Amino acid sequence: MTLKVSVYRYNPEKDAVPSMQDFDIEVPEGKDLMVLDVLALIKEQDDSFVYRRSCREGVCGSDGMNISGTNGLACITPISEAVRKGKLVLRPLPGLPVIRDLVVDMSLFYKQYEKIRPFLINDAPPPAIERLQSPEERAKLDGLYECILCACCSTSCPSFWWNPDKFVGPAGLLQAYRFLADSRDTATEERLSALDDPFSVFRCRGIMNCVNVCPKGLNPTRAIGHIRNMLLASGT
Amino acid sequence: MVTNITNLSRSGLYDWMVQRVTAIVLAAYTIFMVVWLLCNGSVDFAAWQGLFQQTWMRIFTLMALISLGAHAWVGMWTISGDYLNERALGKKALVFRFLFQALCGVVMFSYVVWGIQILWGH
Repeated sequence: MTLKVSVYRYNPEKDAVPSMQDFDIEVPEGKDLMVLDVLALIKEQDDSFVYRRSCREGVCGSDGMNISGTNGLACITPISEAVRKGKLVLRPLPGLPVIRDLVVDMSLFYKQYEKIRPFLINDAPPPAIERLQSPEERAKLDGLYECILCACCSTSCPSFWWNPDKFVGPAGLLQAYRFLADSRDTATEERLSALDDPFSVFRCRGIMNCVNVCPKGLNPTRAIGHIRNMLLASGT
Repeated sequence: MVTNITNLSRSGLYDWMVQRVTAIVLAAYTIFMVVWLLCNGSVDFAAWQGLFQQTWMRIFTLMALISLGAHAWVGMWTISGDYLNERALGKKALVFRFLFQALCGVVMFSYVVWGIQILWGH
């Protein structure tokens, strides 16, 4: 079966402007390939084509891209779900500067992640073995710790497109709440006061694109709601 | 923390709360007006003036007017930060954004003052 694939191409050393290039890819009958397999087949036709990949099973988050209009991981998106009107259209994650073809510069995304201090803060002397949590306290981290930082959510968020330097974005805020919700973390007040400005959290307008695209099925909008409630509880 | 001086309060939480509380006031005012108009059939000048001469109605209307101003300011300020920023317009964004915000401020302030004049005028 021949699959029509349209791919975003841009090499800043050669191209003045980006363009879309069409490929006809032979895919085996009766087998539902993943988009990542199709990328490998394109690379066989044109080895100048560039994309990121690593684990090929939805764990590393390297191959986040815009697949036929929706952000997702190429390695766990089957072409049966991705082909629309007989065509597969692949573009880089929106809103971030393109380095080449499907590879984007994620510096702004990581900068926002860094801003929320994504590590446990606890100045109390550590116990001999480890800081214990009850099963209930641990359960609060479910739906938060699974994030693989693929950037599918933040780059589908219009608020992040408009203000990527000021709005933390859904991925960063999900992780901000992951540490706010952690019973072992003692920096709750500092964390909250660092988020109480008009941009970091409150640029979220509840569009929920983040929830729609998360390949791990996580819900950043709910986490942002929890942060707002915590801010409200501490501020009123 | 991102600093900003043109939003309503400098606190994102306060702006967010103001927008929600004013939305409730505006919704209550709208529902009241719709119900009042439906219950009173054809409204003449006397009925309209009778309603607005009562102190509680003037307080309610003034509350709705101030809510409208505050609500619109938070909303328009957000819009200006999204579409009139440096990413969208480059270096000249500051001038456009500031002028837009100033215009919004003048319009909203004028509406509130004009509303007070109508409510307490003769």
